[in-house]
Amino acid sequence: MPGYGLTLGYTLTYLSLIVLIPLAGLLLRPVGLGWQGFWNVVSAPRVVAALELSFGAALVAAAVNAIFGGIVAWVLVRYEFPGRRIVDALVDLPFALPTAVAGIALTALYAPNGWLGSWLEPMGIKVAFTRLGIMVALTFIGLPFVVRTLEPVLQDLDPEFEEAAATLGAGRLQTFLRVVLPAILPALLTGVALAFARGVGEYGSVIFIAGNMPMISEIAPLLIVVKLEQYDYAGAAAVGVAMLLISFLLLLLINLLQRWKTAQGST
Amino acid sequence: MADSLAAQRRRAVSEPGLVKWGLLAIALIYLALFLVLPLASVYAQALADGFGHFFSAIQDPDTLSAIRLTLLVAVIAVPLNVVFGLAAAWTVAKFDFRGKSVLITLIDLPFSVSPVVSGLIYVLMFGAQGWLGPWLQAHDIQIIFTVSGIVLATIFVTFPFVARELIPLMQQQGSEEEEAAIVLGASGWQTFWRVTLPNVKWGLLYGVLLCNARAMGEFGAVSVVSGHIRGETLTMPLQVEMLYNDYDFVGAFAVASLLSLLALVTLTLKSLLEWRFLRSSRQSTL
Repeated sequence: MPGYGLTLGYTLTYLSLIVLIPLAGLLLRPVGLGWQGFWNVVSAPRVVAALELSFGAALVAAAVNAIFGGIVAWVLVRYEFPGRRIVDALVDLPFALPTAVAGIALTALYAPNGWLGSWLEPMGIKVAFTRLGIMVALTFIGLPFVVRTLEPVLQDLDPEFEEAAATLGAGRLQTFLRVVLPAILPALLTGVALAFARGVGEYGSVIFIAGNMPMISEIAPLLIVVKLEQYDYAGAAAVGVAMLLISFLLLLLINLLQRWKTAQGST
Repeated sequence: MADSLAAQRRRAVSEPGLVKWGLLAIALIYLALFLVLPLASVYAQALADGFGHFFSAIQDPDTLSAIRLTLLVAVIAVPLNVVFGLAAAWTVAKFDFRGKSVLITLIDLPFSVSPVVSGLIYVLMFGAQGWLGPWLQAHDIQIIFTVSGIVLATIFVTFPFVARELIPLMQQQGSEEEEAAIVLGASGWQTFWRVTLPNVKWGLLYGVLLCNARAMGEFGAVSVVSGHIRGETLTMPLQVEMLYNDYDFVGAFAVASLLSLLALVTLTLKSLLEWRFLRSSRQSTL
């Protein structure tokens, strides 16, 4: 088969120029700060608060999607209802809708005079320009991940196991908890981890609704932008490296979960 | 008798009617709240002052130049990633070499990098204080805060789309047809154009569709390298932000409604491709 040298050479060159060398440039940047300098940047209260907020809000959003995304996947795979295909296609909207559009749309909805905000505000629930707003935006962004990782697994789930459980006298809830849930758990966790990883780095959909108050509602990616605007390149790079390292750990976790998923599927 | 047995089996693996309706209602309300309402609000806000204002907002010179820039960026970034995707898929699917799985992981890398970090790496590389900054300045070349920077950042964030569609597809199809073509005397390029490309065209189109949607809609990475020069380095998503921060809400939502239309067209074509040509359910991760 011809083309080995050409395609492999092109692939490696393009990958290096666009991805690997610039990423290496980021990783090397904080070296100038020294270990102590890097630690000083990353452990500053404002940076810690931003990292905690980004990870905390992404975790809450991923948990919300685990429950409701799980229900959506179940309904889409198991039930027949009119418009099912359209609803199924719509689930991918957060992937296709530019994040800035999602950001201003959610802000308009939850602002005090918005369609939802004008209902929630009198009840004492403030969403726009608070941490709750950040969680709403991250829930929107993470919605497709759980649904799309669960759907194929639910489709492949053989109903015979559930029938067997029912024949042996298990109730429907018991069957779900003991038979269905263990089978779909690796896929569910993979979806949650993917949604979480996406939420941690998310920027566009969050900054409009967040209010962006330092120490309170300032997410880590925004802090990078702020540091860049102050020409603090090393500081921005240090926060970027911290985020990058944490997302690589997440990626590793996702790969392990995938392996568990395939192992589960083969038994 | 047989009928009631089938009914019994169905009942054994489905929920009581009330639970079923409850779950369906929860799912639909959740999706309405998080997907339909935001989308509807974009159009409601864009048309808040009537069609006249909507159309004049779209014909604003800065907005028109943002639309042109967005199209230009996509026209450069998408074909480059298509060529890369084809090369990467060919090398991974047709040959065995060490480190193949590492290569596949590295290709997916840009998806796990925050958009802001994706822009940051180019600022650190080409910016005034970047690694290559002094050299670029000495040669009077500017990349950051220009269209070149925007194109680079867009290529980075859309890097994996085509490759990750084509790699599994070409691996699954194997090399037999190509080997037959070559035995019959076709050259490598002929084999590629006449055999491989027709075989993967729907998967390729699918990858291009997703790649294009992201290229036109990217915000975070582009925002970091753009410099926000009105009428010059603002893409459509950045124009949305600029108008919104200027309290020109009709203008912001008018541009946003065009981007939403792009998203809806993308979703429709994507679903059509999935139903007609790519039956297997896939995990899409934009």
